[in-house]
Amino acid sequence: MTTSAAQPILEIKNLHAGYGQSEILHGLNMSVFDNEIVAIIGPNGAGKSTAMKSILGLLTISQGDVLLKGEAVTNTPANQVITKGIAYVPQTDNVFVNLSVQENLEMGAWTRATGIQEKLNQMYELFPDLKQKRKQAAGSLSGGQRQMVAMGKALMIDSDVLLLDEPTAGLSPKYRAQIFTIIRDIRDSGIPIMIVEQNAKQALGSADRGYVMVDGGNRHEGTGTELIENREVARMFLGGRE
Amino acid sequence: MWESFGFEFFNFYFIPGLVLGCIYALGAIGITLTFGILRFANFAHGEVMMTGTYLTWTFSMVFATMFGISLHPLLAAIPAIPATILLALFIDRYFYKPFRKSATIMVVIASFGMMLVVRSLVQVIWGPNQIVFVKGIAKPNEAVRDFTSSFDMMLLIPNKHFWIVAGTIIIMGLLVYLLGYTRIGKAMRAVSDSPDLANVTGIDVDYVMRATWIVGATCALAAGVFLSMDTQVLETTMGFRMLLPMFAAAILGGIGRPFGAVFGGLVIGLAEELSAYPWIGDTPLLSPGYKTGVAFAIMVFMLIVRPSGLFKGRTF
Amino acid sequence: MDELTGYFLYFLSLLTVGGIYAIIALGLNVQWGFAGLFNVGIAGFVAVGAYTYALLTTANSTFHYGGLELPLAVGAFAAMITSGLVAGIVGLICIRLRSDYLAIATIGIAEIIKLILKNETDVTNGPRGINKIPRAWEHLTEERFYTNAPMTWIADATTWQSFFASLPRWWWQPMFALTVLVSLYIIYRALEQARVSPWGRMMTAIREREPAARAAGKNVTNRRIEAFIVGAVIMGFAGALFAQHLRLIDPTNTFDPAKMTFLVWVMLIIGGSGNNRGAMLGGFLIWFIWSASELVINGGIDLFRTFFTTVDVGILRTRAGFLRMLLIGLALQFILQRYPNGILPEARPAASGNPKK
Repeated sequence: MTTSAAQPILEIKNLHAGYGQSEILHGLNMSVFDNEIVAIIGPNGAGKSTAMKSILGLLTISQGDVLLKGEAVTNTPANQVITKGIAYVPQTDNVFVNLSVQENLEMGAWTRATGIQEKLNQMYELFPDLKQKRKQAAGSLSGGQRQMVAMGKALMIDSDVLLLDEPTAGLSPKYRAQIFTIIRDIRDSGIPIMIVEQNAKQALGSADRGYVMVDGGNRHEGTGTELIENREVARMFLGGRE
Repeated sequence: MWESFGFEFFNFYFIPGLVLGCIYALGAIGITLTFGILRFANFAHGEVMMTGTYLTWTFSMVFATMFGISLHPLLAAIPAIPATILLALFIDRYFYKPFRKSATIMVVIASFGMMLVVRSLVQVIWGPNQIVFVKGIAKPNEAVRDFTSSFDMMLLIPNKHFWIVAGTIIIMGLLVYLLGYTRIGKAMRAVSDSPDLANVTGIDVDYVMRATWIVGATCALAAGVFLSMDTQVLETTMGFRMLLPMFAAAILGGIGRPFGAVFGGLVIGLAEELSAYPWIGDTPLLSPGYKTGVAFAIMVFMLIVRPSGLFKGRTF
Repeated sequence: MDELTGYFLYFLSLLTVGGIYAIIALGLNVQWGFAGLFNVGIAGFVAVGAYTYALLTTANSTFHYGGLELPLAVGAFAAMITSGLVAGIVGLICIRLRSDYLAIATIGIAEIIKLILKNETDVTNGPRGINKIPRAWEHLTEERFYTNAPMTWIADATTWQSFFASLPRWWWQPMFALTVLVSLYIIYRALEQARVSPWGRMMTAIREREPAARAAGKNVTNRRIEAFIVGAVIMGFAGALFAQHLRLIDPTNTFDPAKMTFLVWVMLIIGGSGNNRGAMLGGFLIWFIWSASELVINGGIDLFRTFFTTVDVGILRTRAGFLRMLLIGLALQFILQRYPNGILPEARPAASGNPKK
């Protein structure tokens, strides 16, 4: 396990959250430390996306805390959470379809006061395809390119942590591999990442640590390798092989 | 040819249609922006337009009383701009915002109610009678008349029409700049695409909504002032009269597409005026009493055939 | 004694007009409370009913079509049919639209109806309207009625003449009020039956759980059109009654949407949408307030005038009328925000206040 002397960048403590009367998350606990990729996997309906949304303040948190670098951001409205340093890429509806690629990136930089041009250049280096298509409407791009716009948009701010909700959903293997490479590059550049993934094997392969969620709560926790080798996890997701 | 067809057609049908189209276009901009960004049909839009125009008249009256100078409506409109904006923001804050998280129908009913509230308020303060804004008969611009006469055509266009078309073009230009080149304009387009995504991108959606009201109210004021310049009178019914054509223009152009709304406004304005032209034979194609039905017919047609409008706006 | 009669007659007129509005509100409740349809063209449907009735029952006139002098009941029935037909056509085109669009479309329909009534002067006498509309019970006193069958079966014309002369001038007013109230009651009972019937329960299911209803094979569109038509039929009938009450109708002022459509919506929302009794309560309550406020304000103005004799009362009176509308409008906003379910909440959850879909 990692040395827990360091403070987690992002922490969820005993989180109970849901929509209106129904509670979906029951006492969830998670952390993301510096320089790591944390994968959240679990069966359908486990509440993985919900966990991410509750960090963003998109759900009502009835109990528990969300801490960013030690500071509580529980139930902070989404657009303010972004200012505090959490960047988020939703699973669907993650680009402004009628805005151009460049305009999407510019919107990503909304909370940024300076250095926008510099960031744009950085994004175009990271995603060379997008530079070519920067004046094109984001809605006219392919799924994989759209995902890149979505991620680039989130990276326009110097966030403390990046949350990705199923970034490879519905993408071809080529794009999936590309996205995971980019994710590792982002981690190496100093931004820790929390990623919700349906494709458990690939996620655990790239991640440093992982959490397995079942029915709105924690089930397993460990490094990527530990989880891959875990019997029960294997049975749930990885085709039963040990 | 000009004698028999062109003269009458251009001077009495086409140009009035164009002018009316400009007015519809400006009014429709506010409707389509509200529809696209705030996601509801604002029935009170016409009344805000009307109130702003009454305020313009009031400013010109006050100015005339204090300084003895009679201001042109366009100048008197300048102080009316912030007043109209404040009105629109006030209405949103106290009557629409409470319903942001409720079913859309609630805010639509509220806006329908506000339509009556605002109109009654104006009727209480200014009275229901027609007020003459610009006295006298507008004579055709002599320079244009003489110039076109030299080409064997004769265009009779009063100055007010030049102002209206020019004013509309200028506002269009400003709108292009705002939406395409400014941060807030792009944010408005972003929220129109997806308020949820804008929210998680860090955009203050409330701020964008306020900006939408500001832009919409300003365009509505322009529409109202141009209308009163054209008809030369003020009436408390002018808002409601314009409402249906403005909605029709917004739907025709595509909800959420401001330039679609402009196009829609021009089409409807022209269609309305040209419908009275004797295309076949001697009598008007459509009896002039039914002119106001043209906008409605176009709207229903669009709603059945292509609800997303000509420029593929939002469909709900 | 005369003063008491005066108060009595005023109260009767409150009941009569309040009752007519209550009927319209019931019609709207079918469209809105049952089926969730946002109809902002109420005045149009009422106008269709009123004009149909007028054209069919009035005597021959050079100014407009008709002169058929049909029995009043036939006129009222026809009013229901035409209103229902218009609703059917409108419904087929517009019913699938989302609520904002439907609202715009229904406003447009009301406008078109008004335009037709105004422009087809041969048929409707245009802006000048139709007058001498026979009023139930009072019509018996008109010569053309008591000189013909079926009244002549009971007694001859001169007997009738002296009979009516012996009655007080206002004898027909309680009868007319009673007719309105009885009609209201019949419609209310019918709608209550419909509400608990399989049709009514299906409408609730459609309104609250539309995707499930569709999946279960229910033809949502047709049911909605039905509700729209039924509501319009009721409004048309109210139109016929309204024409009788006024005896003179015109296309612009009588059916002013700013007043009629708006007032009925205020009635339904404050009374309790989705609840038939709420609709009736709202109808009477708002009408009483509307009428009474006119008296109060006029009285206030007169009082004001005794102190400030130079004030132009005429201007104050007209402005006061708009002040009434302003206050009622603000009251609606208040109710919408604080008590969206109205005074009498629906027996089952209403469409208001649900989270955004």
